[in-house]
Amino acid sequence: MSKFGSAIFNRLVIIIPYAWLTIFFLAPFFIVLRISLSETAIAMPPYLPVFNLVDGVSGIVDKLGELSVANYVFLAGDALYTNAYISSLKIAVISTIATLLIAYPIAYGMAKAPNMVRPTLLMLVILPFWTSFLIRVYAWIAILKPEGLLNQLLLTLGVIDEPLIILNTNWAIYIGIVYSYLPFMVLPIYSSLEKMDHSLTEAALDLGCTPIRAFWRVTFPLSMPGVIAGCMLVFIPAVGEFVIPDLLGGSETLMIGKTLWNEFNANRDWPVSAAVATILLLILVVPIMFFQHAQAKADGEGK
Amino acid sequence: MVKWSRFNIASIVFGFAFLYLPIVLLVIFSFNESKLVTVWAGFSTKWYVQLLHNQALLDAAWVTVRVGLISATVATVLGTLAALAMTRYTRFRGRMLFSGMIYAPLVMPEVITGLSMLLLFVAIGLDRGFWTLTLAHITFTMCFVAVVVQSRLLSFDRSIEEAAMDLGATPVATFLQVTLPVIAPAVFSGWVLAFTLSLDDLVISNFTSGPGATTLPMKIYSQVRLGVTPEINAVCTILIGIVAMGVLIASVVSRRREIQRVRDEQAAFAL
Repeated sequence: MSKFGSAIFNRLVIIIPYAWLTIFFLAPFFIVLRISLSETAIAMPPYLPVFNLVDGVSGIVDKLGELSVANYVFLAGDALYTNAYISSLKIAVISTIATLLIAYPIAYGMAKAPNMVRPTLLMLVILPFWTSFLIRVYAWIAILKPEGLLNQLLLTLGVIDEPLIILNTNWAIYIGIVYSYLPFMVLPIYSSLEKMDHSLTEAALDLGCTPIRAFWRVTFPLSMPGVIAGCMLVFIPAVGEFVIPDLLGGSETLMIGKTLWNEFNANRDWPVSAAVATILLLILVVPIMFFQHAQAKADGEGK
Repeated sequence: MVKWSRFNIASIVFGFAFLYLPIVLLVIFSFNESKLVTVWAGFSTKWYVQLLHNQALLDAAWVTVRVGLISATVATVLGTLAALAMTRYTRFRGRMLFSGMIYAPLVMPEVITGLSMLLLFVAIGLDRGFWTLTLAHITFTMCFVAVVVQSRLLSFDRSIEEAAMDLGATPVATFLQVTLPVIAPAVFSGWVLAFTLSLDDLVISNFTSGPGATTLPMKIYSQVRLGVTPEINAVCTILIGIVAMGVLIASVVSRRREIQRVRDEQAAFAL
């Protein structure tokens, strides 16, 4: 009984979460792929062909012939979509670099902080991550508006003569992404810096390195795993970001997450939005696998 | 030891100011007398009073809490199992795919996850509403739970489990009486994380929910599109307050447990 019971327990531990994720996370991608090859129709669900088990095998095979790549041809032919992909990638790259530049000194300062204050600092970085994304983005609207708090402050200080137009431009999107994703960059860099052996830096300094040289030759290369993990954690979701471009960006801002949302919610064109999602996934699959590989390796080292 | 320089302190102060100032301003202006969120006109709690009379908002809050409680609980069970599978069974068929399915949802753009889950629900003929919303939330939050619990399991001393097994405990009994009590703080913070993620989600909810199951973020979003108002600031302040309290309780509980665990271990060694 015990042997039997333990075998079942071991099996279930793997099978239950595996089955769940296969059904609700993996299988849907194949459905997306399939619908992206369908035609738009005025029906519910709004696409053709609809596969039905009642059709039998021959009926399903017949319908397979109706699938077409028309939606992809449409996407490739319309500059709106190509521009949206390119502009999303550009915005994500610029924001990731900006986040790295701001996050690194914070993580570095935290890693060098006295042991007493470190847990508090860590807690303070994690806390915003728990508060709603939507709320944090919303908070910036009141700050960046032409008559908003930032302009009021700058006008009072006499730094500027007329209000800066930041809201509804790409600048607002950069600020929004850097702000929202900052903890995702700080945490991995901090954890790789914290694990670092300080005697290595000391050795470099003893051997005559200037502090700046010691940083670039010793500390920075050793923190690379954290930097890479942080960049992936910011870059991948930023490419498909919807809330930030929608609330902070302007009408001329093109980002693919927003395009997909509009295609689906406003135009109700499911096959085209499925095609948009499929291409976005193809663009991101390499960075995602890279991230997963790096993460699995980092977890393996913990053992 | 390398000193904590003035540059380090300055970058931390500026970093935290950047992280917290927008939230602090949002909270302050929720108490503004005026309808404008950029001009201070005196202290008032009238926007909070007004919230209590906004039935649609209260309904949305109730849906959000129920979805959060159910999905966080199921996600914690599934995520803990997934973490066990990842750390205990280093070799099984399809392990690569499994770890991919754990890590990918953490970075997957929400529009893709939301759209694909919606299309699944339509394909299998499930009516969109409360339960599809809950299923979607379980799926994306369980991966966060798995990662949190997994990091605790990696530093777990397996020898006490082996001792229990040697003494005749079944795997289930060993898990419930030995493993679970030790990893409980991580499981609990996983639950809190899943709950807050569910509470906050807009994009996946918008795709997978149907009529009658509007969540608070969906409600907030539709109002934000119409303009910034102190009333939204008040809702946001309450949400921030709940989350801050939850995190505080979670960290106090886990710190207490940690201290207790260290004491227990010391006591065990003393015997």
